[in-house]
Amino acid sequence: MSRHEEHDSGDAAPGEEAINAHEPASGARGYTLGLGIALLLTAAAFWIASGDAVWGPAVPAAIVVLAVAQMGVHLVFFLHVTTGPDNTNNVIALAFGVLIVLLVIAGSIWIMGHLDHNMMMDPDDMIRRMR
Amino acid sequence: MTAATLPTEHSARANLNDPYALGRGHGHGHGGGGREATGHGEGGPASKRIIVSYGFWIYLLSDIVMFSAFFAAYAVLAKQTAGGPTGPEIFGRGRVAIETLCLLLSSYTCGLGSIAAARRDVAGTLRWLAATGVLGLVFLGIEIQEFAELIADGAGPQRSAFLSSFFALVGLHGLHVAVGLLWLATMMAQIRVKGFRANIQRRLTCFNLFWHALDIIWVGVFSIVYLLGSLG
Repeated sequence: MSRHEEHDSGDAAPGEEAINAHEPASGARGYTLGLGIALLLTAAAFWIASGDAVWGPAVPAAIVVLAVAQMGVHLVFFLHVTTGPDNTNNVIALAFGVLIVLLVIAGSIWIMGHLDHNMMMDPDDMIRRMR
Repeated sequence: MTAATLPTEHSARANLNDPYALGRGHGHGHGGGGREATGHGEGGPASKRIIVSYGFWIYLLSDIVMFSAFFAAYAVLAKQTAGGPTGPEIFGRGRVAIETLCLLLSSYTCGLGSIAAARRDVAGTLRWLAATGVLGLVFLGIEIQEFAELIADGAGPQRSAFLSSFFALVGLHGLHVAVGLLWLATMMAQIRVKGFRANIQRRLTCFNLFWHALDIIWVGVFSIVYLLGSLG
């Protein structure tokens, strides 16, 4: 298959092996590097969750940050999402998906948190406020 | 340097400095040899391979949006235990660590399988896909064992809103893994019988995307449900 056929329209299919062919971490090396970083991030998350390594109240934030970082590693090394111009369509679709995910999760927590708070009020206090 | 060698030299240098051919494309005409600039609509309609992969990418993103609704339900209901067992009481980190390792390694073997497929190496692809399937089966077995233990201890999905949302979220992911394993088995059979025909390659690319996406969702599950849930 010629190079022209591989890149017929100048766009890259998501997850395609040829996307990162001219990058340092291409082929099996890219997957191995991704596996290594993902293992490190996973180990860090379990270590933080099980010990006194991090100041108690900061543990949830640290775990969420490590999870987001690992998702990024998976996207780059396993799914070959790059910033190259042949990948623009894939990245824009991904950005839209992330926007919806954030709206759904953050919006639900925000709204239900307020609802929970208002339902927890003392009944007399609630009646007084409703007048 | 003669005039005859100038164009090739020029294009070789342009290829090196400009691998995506952004500086070219205008003035080459339609279909006029060489690679057109990307993102300018000059290459004509995309090939079926790109259209199929992109469509599956859109499906995966919509699947992740569906998962986000289950994550949101879990986040809202995690403290509503109705006097039943709480997260720290039922979540064991050892089992989740093994599950995470299985799924991460299966994503790795799946990637190596796709490299072997790019080389048109039938035996290698089948080997890596088989390894992916075994790791996926181990993951699914551990998860089913966990569910069975919880239900036997009276911590089934009907016990509290917390457990309902837990079983819904983790069960949905497990269901995806089970469907993925079925798909994996049919992919192995198709590669074995039909070889690397164009349509089989497209299906294999979609399967790889699906399996890696499942691992990304599992990163969210083990972080949000198991690690945060076991903090109390």
